[in-house]
Amino acid sequence: MAENILARITLPEQARKGEVVTVRVIVRHPMERAVDAPGLRPVPRKILHTLRVTYAGAEVFRMEMSPGIAANPYVEFTTVAVESGAMVFEWQEDGGTVYRREARLEVE
Amino acid sequence: MSLHRRTLLALPLAAAAAGGAAAQSVTGESFAAAERAILAGRTPVAEGVTIAMPPLSENGNAVDLSVKVESPMTAEDHVSAIHILSELNPFPRVAHFALSPRAGRAEVTTRIRLATTQSIVVLAETSTGRVHRGTREVIVILGACVDGG
Amino acid sequence: MKRAASLALLAGLGLAALAVAAEVRPPQDYLSPALRAQQDDPSRHPGWLWVDEGEALWRRGDPSCQSCHGDIAGMAGVAARYPAVAQDGALLNLEGRIERCRTRHQGQPEFGYESEALLSLTTAVASRSRGLPMSVAVGGPAAAFLEQGRTLHETRQGQLNLACGQCHDDNAGRRLRGDVISNGLGTGFPAYRLEWNEVGSLHRRLRACQLGVRATQFELGAPEYTALELFLAHRARGLPVEAPGLRR
Ligand code: HEC
Ligand code: HEC
Repeated sequence: MAENILARITLPEQARKGEVVTVRVIVRHPMERAVDAPGLRPVPRKILHTLRVTYAGAEVFRMEMSPGIAANPYVEFTTVAVESGAMVFEWQEDGGTVYRREARLEVE
Repeated sequence: MSLHRRTLLALPLAAAAAGGAAAQSVTGESFAAAERAILAGRTPVAEGVTIAMPPLSENGNAVDLSVKVESPMTAEDHVSAIHILSELNPFPRVAHFALSPRAGRAEVTTRIRLATTQSIVVLAETSTGRVHRGTREVIVILGACVDGG
Repeated sequence: MKRAASLALLAGLGLAALAVAAEVRPPQDYLSPALRAQQDDPSRHPGWLWVDEGEALWRRGDPSCQSCHGDIAGMAGVAARYPAVAQDGALLNLEGRIERCRTRHQGQPEFGYESEALLSLTTAVASRSRGLPMSVAVGGPAAAFLEQGRTLHETRQGQLNLACGQCHDDNAGRRLRGDVISNGLGTGFPAYRLEWNEVGSLHRRLRACQLGVRATQFELGAPEYTALELFLAHRARGLPVEAPGLRR
């Protein structure tokens, strides 16, 4: 049970087997920090705390985030092109909601 | 800080229980304690880590940060974890990346919030048990409101 | 008294009035190299998330925007002509034009200024004019609005008693706190501001400038701001649309 989320995933459409490809991801999220100050309405923390990326049968990248990550989190990482297939991006939010998006990589 | 608290398109708002997040408040962990915990008794080597950041940050709400660690990224010898630590943010552990040889290179880029002018410390753990350490100073013109005040 | 305050402000900020009439340059010329590179790269520019959202909204609703207008690619060049005077004589900016379609053609209540939906649609439509030169009509029924906008631009206001041009003409290129003062054009809006952590409208930015000089702010969508927007668009004639801009 995963939900959709606004994200921009940029990776090459095609890559040679063994090539190291760069993946860029921006996702829409306010990364709400906890507010707990006198005179202010308390707001619980609500951030995306984990991004997991799986591709060709394994987790190839994981990022754990704190409130110190900018709103609309941006990340860039690399992965070796192994086979044609889906790269699955899964974000976990405080409170337990999971968001999922996919991108395809063609490997020749 | 945001004047307009809007809902996101196509998001399941009801599903996100606000109560669940309450457990994750300020940890109270200091920068030094966080670094000690990651090192777990190991002595870091001050080489192999390149940190790219603008020396002068225009706005602490979003500061570009790139980390590159020298590594063959083979099954025997690869970077398995990269930790980003902040000296003066309310949360010293900014981010943690888990990598495998499938990454091909030990290179990550992200955008972080900086409360104020400070040093950023990067610790990179390898599969062979080494820890590499790099550090970089950033001047922040307008700090992020990281503790929500 | 007021004059003294404004001079003190300028002196305090290390500014000095320049006698030379400044040429008007595109806002991107005043960005730091890092911000400029990011503005030019959709894979790193969060503003494009609003474009994506707007394009999804374009295809939704009954009737959808798309059912009358076709693919959103057909909106190329439209933002470069706005604000424009509608048939009934009202001056509409892009937001106002979209709200009209919302109420008159979709039969729905307005999205509301600065609402997520209106910002996304405006950003998506404006992005189709990226790089195209601004060319608003200022003759005929637009002439009176242009003059209203010019007057607002040239009038000193607020406790600091400053006109727009005292910053955006006389001191363009200089630093004010962390900012480099640009010519104060609207071509990058809606823009993603790091300070906002989101996309916002030109009117929201104008409110910030009025607050800066401690003047009374108009409401978002106020006719005064739309007239000012027309004047700024005319000032920017020939310069490229930059929306979605990326700003500090
Ligand atoms: C039922 C048909 C219809 C629908 C639905 C509709 N519009 Fe329109 N739109 C029009 C017409 C007709 C005009 C021209 C009006 C005029 O010139 O007075 C127009 C004009 C516009 C313009 C100005 C174009 C120009 O060249 O100046 C924009 C922008 C626009 N619409 C956006 C939208 C958006 C966004 C939506 C969806 C929220 C939408 N429209 C829905 C009929 C429609
Ligand atoms: C005290 C100096 C000052 C005054 C007076 C002032 N502004 Fe600004 N304005 C700024 C600064 C600083 C910025 C942010 C840097 C920049 O983009 O110029 C800014 C930004 C802007 C922008 C956004 C430009 C962009 O591309 O992001 C616009 C538009 C603008 N101002 C219009 C106006 C208008 C119209 C007035 C008069 C009502 C005005 N300003 C008065 C200082 C001022």
